[in-house]
Amino acid sequence: MANNDDKYKGYRGPGKAKLVEQGVEVWSDVEAKTTRGNFRGIILPRSETADDIHIVLKIASGYNVGLRADTVLEMKQVGYRAANYKIPEKAFPFDPKKPKVKLFGTGGTIASRLDYRTGAVIPAFSPGELYGSVPELADICNLETEKLFGVFSENMGPEQYITLAKNIGKAIEEGYQGVVIGHGTDTMHHTAAALSFMVQNSPIPIVMVGSQRSSDRPSSDAARNLIHSVYTAAHSDIAEVMVCMFGPTSDQYNLLHRGTRVRKMHSSYRSTFRTLSDIPLARVQNGKIETFQKDYRRRRFDCKADVKAVFDDRVAIVYYYPNMKPDIIESLIDNGYKGIIIAGTGLGHVNKPLYSVLGRATQMGLHVYMTVQTMYGFVQMYVYETGRELMQLGVIPAANLLPEVAYIKLGWALGQSQDQEEVKKIMLTPISHDITEREPYNGYQILQGGIPEVDEMMSRLWK
Amino acid sequence: MTASQDSRFKPFKKMTPEDYAAIGFKSGLEIHQQLLTERKLFCRCPAGLYTEEVDAEILRHMRPTLSELGEYDGTALMEFKTKKEIVYLLKNESVCTYEMDDAPPFEIDPKAVEIAAEIALLLNLNMVSELHIARKQYLDGSIPTGFQRTTIIGVDGSIPFKGRSIGIRQLGLEEDSCREVSDVGHRITFKTDRLGMPLIETVTEPDMRTPQEVAEVAEVLRRLVRATGKVRTGAGAGREDVNVSITGGTRIEIKGVPSIRRIPRLVYNEAMRQYNLLRIKEELNSRGITSETFQCEKAVITNLLDKTTYLPIVHSLERGGVVGAVLLKGYQGILAHPTQEHTYFSQEISDRIKVIACIMDQPNILHSDSTEPGISRGQWNRIRQRLNAGNDDTIVLVWGDLQDVNTAMEEIAIRAREATEGVPPETRQAFRDGTNGFERILPGPDRMYPDTDSPPLALKDEVIERLRRNLPEMPWDRQARLRGLGIDERTACLLAHSPHCVLFDNVLKASACEVRLLANALVRDLRCFKRLGLPLERLDESTMTRIFSAVANGMFQKDALWHVLTAVVKGEVRPLDEILAAFSPNGGEKVELDILIKEAADLQFRLINSAKSSRRNYLMGYIMKKLRGRVAAQTVAARLEEVLQGDGE
Repeated sequence: MANNDDKYKGYRGPGKAKLVEQGVEVWSDVEAKTTRGNFRGIILPRSETADDIHIVLKIASGYNVGLRADTVLEMKQVGYRAANYKIPEKAFPFDPKKPKVKLFGTGGTIASRLDYRTGAVIPAFSPGELYGSVPELADICNLETEKLFGVFSENMGPEQYITLAKNIGKAIEEGYQGVVIGHGTDTMHHTAAALSFMVQNSPIPIVMVGSQRSSDRPSSDAARNLIHSVYTAAHSDIAEVMVCMFGPTSDQYNLLHRGTRVRKMHSSYRSTFRTLSDIPLARVQNGKIETFQKDYRRRRFDCKADVKAVFDDRVAIVYYYPNMKPDIIESLIDNGYKGIIIAGTGLGHVNKPLYSVLGRATQMGLHVYMTVQTMYGFVQMYVYETGRELMQLGVIPAANLLPEVAYIKLGWALGQSQDQEEVKKIMLTPISHDITEREPYNGYQILQGGIPEVDEMMSRLWK
Repeated sequence: MTASQDSRFKPFKKMTPEDYAAIGFKSGLEIHQQLLTERKLFCRCPAGLYTEEVDAEILRHMRPTLSELGEYDGTALMEFKTKKEIVYLLKNESVCTYEMDDAPPFEIDPKAVEIAAEIALLLNLNMVSELHIARKQYLDGSIPTGFQRTTIIGVDGSIPFKGRSIGIRQLGLEEDSCREVSDVGHRITFKTDRLGMPLIETVTEPDMRTPQEVAEVAEVLRRLVRATGKVRTGAGAGREDVNVSITGGTRIEIKGVPSIRRIPRLVYNEAMRQYNLLRIKEELNSRGITSETFQCEKAVITNLLDKTTYLPIVHSLERGGVVGAVLLKGYQGILAHPTQEHTYFSQEISDRIKVIACIMDQPNILHSDSTEPGISRGQWNRIRQRLNAGNDDTIVLVWGDLQDVNTAMEEIAIRAREATEGVPPETRQAFRDGTNGFERILPGPDRMYPDTDSPPLALKDEVIERLRRNLPEMPWDRQARLRGLGIDERTACLLAHSPHCVLFDNVLKASACEVRLLANALVRDLRCFKRLGLPLERLDESTMTRIFSAVANGMFQKDALWHVLTAVVKGEVRPLDEILAAFSPNGGEKVELDILIKEAADLQFRLINSAKSSRRNYLMGYIMKKLRGRVAAQTVAARLEEVLQGDGE
């Protein structure tokens, strides 16, 4: 017997009252007489965020329609068909000759199945479930999976970074040839940075992957991303933390981006991840990995890594804007923050009214670092007087750390020490290319669409 | 009817309604009609901007998603087997990131919702209270997302037809798909300009009893939606799919019907095909072959044919291809059984191979019952031997790339086995000759699921009431009314189905002009202006009222009407009063007429070799044009007659 919540799942107010009055519930197959004519269908659960005056029916043709409760004169139950949420499992084939890869789940759906009756998307995650929906994986490796948590990407935080890092360390010790982490895309670059700092000298590839189009859609990028990332984990020679996502929007190849230089750059494009101020590590396509960088950590077979899973979350990013008032910084000081990453304008600037409060912050022992909101390029605070004055106040230029990476790095550094000099040393010592010595010419290449030559080249290359 | 006894299906022209009733003929329509909106349904791209230019190409694949039972849906599996690369050609002006599935949808276009709701009311549908956007899966690549966003506006309506009523199951509002450019081997190419344009899909119940009725109902529905003046017209703006079944057969959906007048033949052929497939089933069952007892053998027999002179195989082998052979146990003669006009069962197999194994070159199969020239008797014998074929067996050969040939051999067996069960559920494609061919396996009803990207949208009482108050008259009622005003049948029919009908009523009321003059101007002159690409909005209601009031008050001659309208629609830069005055008789035209009659009298000698009637016509036209309608045609004709030379006609 369904309890009351399940019986009227999602219904409130007049919608629920009508169901109660008519003695019908969710999954009832009903004939409805309304002031707008007759309708027949199965009552579906109501979305919690939708209004409370409509009742949703799935009609015979598979469409859903909404009936306003006050138009319903009568609802007669003629049947009952509850949905059945079960996903088929097929045993993931084991092949002793293939490498062993560990897939960690954090909450996003990598693969899923649709329940057409309800429209619910049911995540597929166990090896058997994954094999059922992406059978190609069995040609690549022996896959094992472990679901660490079930949170949306935006809810990932220090606790999750730490758990993830420790589990990766364990997987390395246990001798897996590669690790894949399924992750929502929104904050994938934050987690990628965190793992780059927390798991150093990894002997194996650590590949983060997600999808921009949910896996219930035929056009989803999820299966290709999963195949490419699992292939990278199993077979690539690159033993670093990487993000493996679409290169172009076409189904052509994936790029492997370094965890410390990658950023999500578009709210919805498949090819949303870009490497900033550098070039990607490699591309992966049809079982082939083509490296673009020569300088990367190679795969080893010693099952050893340095795991430093610590984080102090009393750090904030302040995205500077003209007319910013000192109270923003003051509130951080008053609330006990230990570190501030400023995303400054141009080469790393903020306005004069902030000087005194920044001075106060550093005097009170806050760790204040400057990055650039231009995303590309280095902080350079000697060029203009503003920069020099800011440095005198104790604001430390953070080279070409990306603002989000600087934020993660500072949290990680403060997890190890509160000492100004020690933290500064950690912050400014490059770890896994978060700070690079030099920016190659082609590290910044935002070609402008609309220029005939650019369009012509793009239409030739980015099919 | 003899159909049940006679194994031959009657020719198209000889079929009677009784014949169709005897085979249990049923047919329904799905009519797609683009709406006249400025924007596409779910994004802000302009609608109706068709182009041949291409700025970029995008490559995608479609992957089937697991269905409810954890199995892949039939269609999905088929599309996956074909392993097609899908290429989208796009032009920046007509397509944005939404259509290319790189951005979520914007809010549904409210204008499109209103037009769809208005049409739903015309069809007497029960209006839903809240629209829910659904995703309907399409894996053929025609929509880059792999699904169409679609929503139901109303259900369960009807229209009157020949003293009975035709049920309307539902009306949906959805986004249009891509236009296919080419489909060669494993690559299918689409144009994306049409993608995302708002479209309504009207689904009728299978209430039509003959192929002719299907066409008639399609025409009625077309006129009905056009009566709103808010739908697109022209090539591809309205498209029909036809569903056909007969007793013992299956509901078959025929897509891409090119025009309404081709419907009857197409529907006839499908009824005939189903009838014949049922005869084939009976024949196979009588031979003891059922889905369970069906037997076949498959082998790659390339080496047996390395010396063949049969060109299709020779060309394939030259390209490194292989030849596969499928032995169908007990199928002797079946592949040569007729299905549609000039079409045999072998075509059903060939079509499947073309679509599923992507072996496109025709012919793509050769079978041992064929009387067409092919491989030699000796070669057939060796193949028969290799496969241990008996006299009752049939062998089908297929050639091409090894992987494709393997898929093809599977498919031959699948289609042959289906023959033991009658008519497999399929979506079929209309051909110009009235026959149809396999397009894809009919998708199940379980391919719909809610679009989680779009919120539900209430269809409020106020909106429905407002639309209901302003509904256009039904075209048939309107036509009768116009006839009652003394307008001839043809003009009444044209006007009743024209978007100008409202203009007609309003101008007539305001100007009290002559009914037929106004009707003709709206039907004939405005059409002509439209064809010339002139901006009809210059002839808005108030302008038209002033013009027709002027002619009603005798301010200018009826004959000048065309000139006045032309001047206005071409955008002459002076006030309407001045334009009207320019065509008003002021005495000057009498002098002009005298001069022109003189000119005509001289001019006729240059035309003396032509008949008097031709000269009259020519000169009449000449004078009227110069006078720009300021003198009545009657007067001009009488004056001209005085000077025309010669007698007889």
